[in-house]
Amino acid sequence: MASMQTGTHAGGRSSDALVRFTQVKKSYDGIHYVVKDLNLDVAKGEFLTMLGPSGSGKTTTLMMLGGFERPTLGQIMLDGKPVERLPPEKRNIGFVFQNYALFPHMTVAENVGFPLRYRGIKGEAAREKVARALGRVSLEAMGDRRPAQLSGGQQQRVALARALVFEPSLVLMDEPLGALDKQLRERMQIEIKHLQTSLGITMVYVTHDQSEALTMSDRIAVFHDGRIQQLADPKTLYNAPENRFVAGFIGENNTMPCTLVGHENGLAVVRMADGSILKSAGAAQASAGGDLSLSVRPENIAQADGQPAPGTNLFSGTVTEVFFLGDHLRLSVTAFAGQAVTARIPVSAARGFKPGETVHLSCNAADCRLLEG
Amino acid sequence: MWLPSYATPSERLSRILVVGFAVAVLLFLIAPLFIIVPLSFSKDPFFTLPVREYSLRWYEDLFGNPRWFNAMVNSAVAAVLTTILATTLGTLAALGIARPDFPYRRAIMALLISPMIVPIVIVAVGSYLFFGQFGLTNTRAGLVFAHTALATPFVVITVTATLSTYDTNLTRAAHSLGASGLSAFFRVTLPNILPGMVSGAIFAFATSFDEVVVALFLTAAEQRTLPVQMFSGIRDQINPTIMAAATMLLTLSILLFVALALLTRKKTR
Ligand SMILES: Nc1ncnc2c1ncn2[C@@H]1O[C@H](COP(=O)(O)OP(=O)(O)OP(=O)(O)O)[C@@H](O)[C@H]1O
Ligand SMILES: [Mg+2]
Repeated sequence: MASMQTGTHAGGRSSDALVRFTQVKKSYDGIHYVVKDLNLDVAKGEFLTMLGPSGSGKTTTLMMLGGFERPTLGQIMLDGKPVERLPPEKRNIGFVFQNYALFPHMTVAENVGFPLRYRGIKGEAAREKVARALGRVSLEAMGDRRPAQLSGGQQQRVALARALVFEPSLVLMDEPLGALDKQLRERMQIEIKHLQTSLGITMVYVTHDQSEALTMSDRIAVFHDGRIQQLADPKTLYNAPENRFVAGFIGENNTMPCTLVGHENGLAVVRMADGSILKSAGAAQASAGGDLSLSVRPENIAQADGQPAPGTNLFSGTVTEVFFLGDHLRLSVTAFAGQAVTARIPVSAARGFKPGETVHLSCNAADCRLLEG
Repeated sequence: MWLPSYATPSERLSRILVVGFAVAVLLFLIAPLFIIVPLSFSKDPFFTLPVREYSLRWYEDLFGNPRWFNAMVNSAVAAVLTTILATTLGTLAALGIARPDFPYRRAIMALLISPMIVPIVIVAVGSYLFFGQFGLTNTRAGLVFAHTALATPFVVITVTATLSTYDTNLTRAAHSLGASGLSAFFRVTLPNILPGMVSGAIFAFATSFDEVVVALFLTAAEQRTLPVQMFSGIRDQINPTIMAAATMLLTLSILLFVALALLTRKKTR
């Protein structure tokens, strides 16, 4: 797998990268950088998602790759060649816009056939390709309609067919499912992922929906404030966030301030606000002295039972709220001198909790992460 | 329109006054129609109403008399050339101004619109003096240039309005699919801003065809347009051919107005 750094050096990069950003910076106004020192490789055939909150620079990054914006500084390589000065029409990249950008004055078939004329494909050959592309997105019968006569989901598929019909090796998508309802989104996620793998396309995908990113991606780059906060596969990102931002952005996390007091068996030993001692994995990132927090997901907190295994953290707190959510209970607890902690406890394992009572909870040291900040 | 049964007498009175005033204004505005159109079909060489006998003799004069016929041809040629120039220039200006990185947008927009606001006599005198230095007075080119300056603001305004609803991602999509700048413009941008261009073109045509002040200053007998011919006709010998010409102008205006209405209705649907 291609590697990447968010730092100033770019060592250890593999050679099969289709896309390579090297120290790319972008400023629209010459004062503020909305993309700051971006180093990113996308491997051939990879599904890479850029995930981040609004304004974090995802679209700007995609626009630079598509050729619609020029980087202020730095280099973008496509298939080994620098492309900062190459106009979009010479890049052979499929682009799906958030609002689909279908040409309203053309039929669906004309929309899909549009890129073919620039590639010298005409007549019967073009008709065949359009039919095949529409077939791939199950819109064979819609060729003669205008985009305005289609539903949102169908328009989305036309945009997809148009971006794929000329067989680009790289496809960029900017929140392509943002306008669809939840059910359709989930179906389209699977369809897009299926097309990407079956056609062997390299995909750079932008979303701010974390579950979408976790479902579809080979790797996810988490953007915040113009920088990549972490680049990893979904599992690593979920289980081992590298900093507080990622921990808070992907899924739900309890982050609790603490201080490092030592190490034991490869685990960090930390003191919480109320003086209690807990152990945590992820000690490598933590340098003693700075502000640290212990992070643990709600589903990794359980009710303490009789015989705690070694390496299990025990703590107690006062129940403030209990919510029944079908298969699990959501327990809000105050622990460690005023710190709010949320736990997700399976209904099968839960007894009746009442607000105000004291509960004993446990979490595995291996499920805890020590984060800076 | 009609008042409920519980309206007081003073409410009724004020309603009658308002409706009466509105009807009077409307009649005043369209009264010329009821005079000009019948007179143009009158057989009498004097303006007498009601018309005693109908004929097409003034229309025959309009098309048969070289002075009138040439004036109509001159007007049509000037209006067509003005429309082509103003639509091209106005569309290009609107496209440039719509770019997000265009500097001093407001100031330049105001400058482009100014011919619409400046009193027409000033435009006429100004272009007379200015064009004189280049030998453009008493030429068709001079008239077309001056009319283009008057007509271009309409095109800038209508195309700018269409562009404000144009999605620039369409142009970007065209580029990403392989279209170069020119090709993306003609195949994607142009078809989508066409309604605005056509509205602007209709305004431009009407501006040139109806215009009399600038034409008076800039034309000699040879380039004389229909409105100028009518104007001098009123001064020299009053003759019902003017009524025929006025009816023709009126018909053209109505046709242009209907075209515009059809166009905007299609756009909003
Ligand atoms: N054309 C532009 N001119 C000036 N500033 C811009 C332009 N486009 C984006 N920005 C600014 O750059 C920053 C990053 O914008 P960008 O569109 O890349 O964010 P994003 O991550 O795609 O956000 P979102 O999830 O809302 O789409 C924002 O602060 C935005 O205001
Ligand atoms: Mg965006």
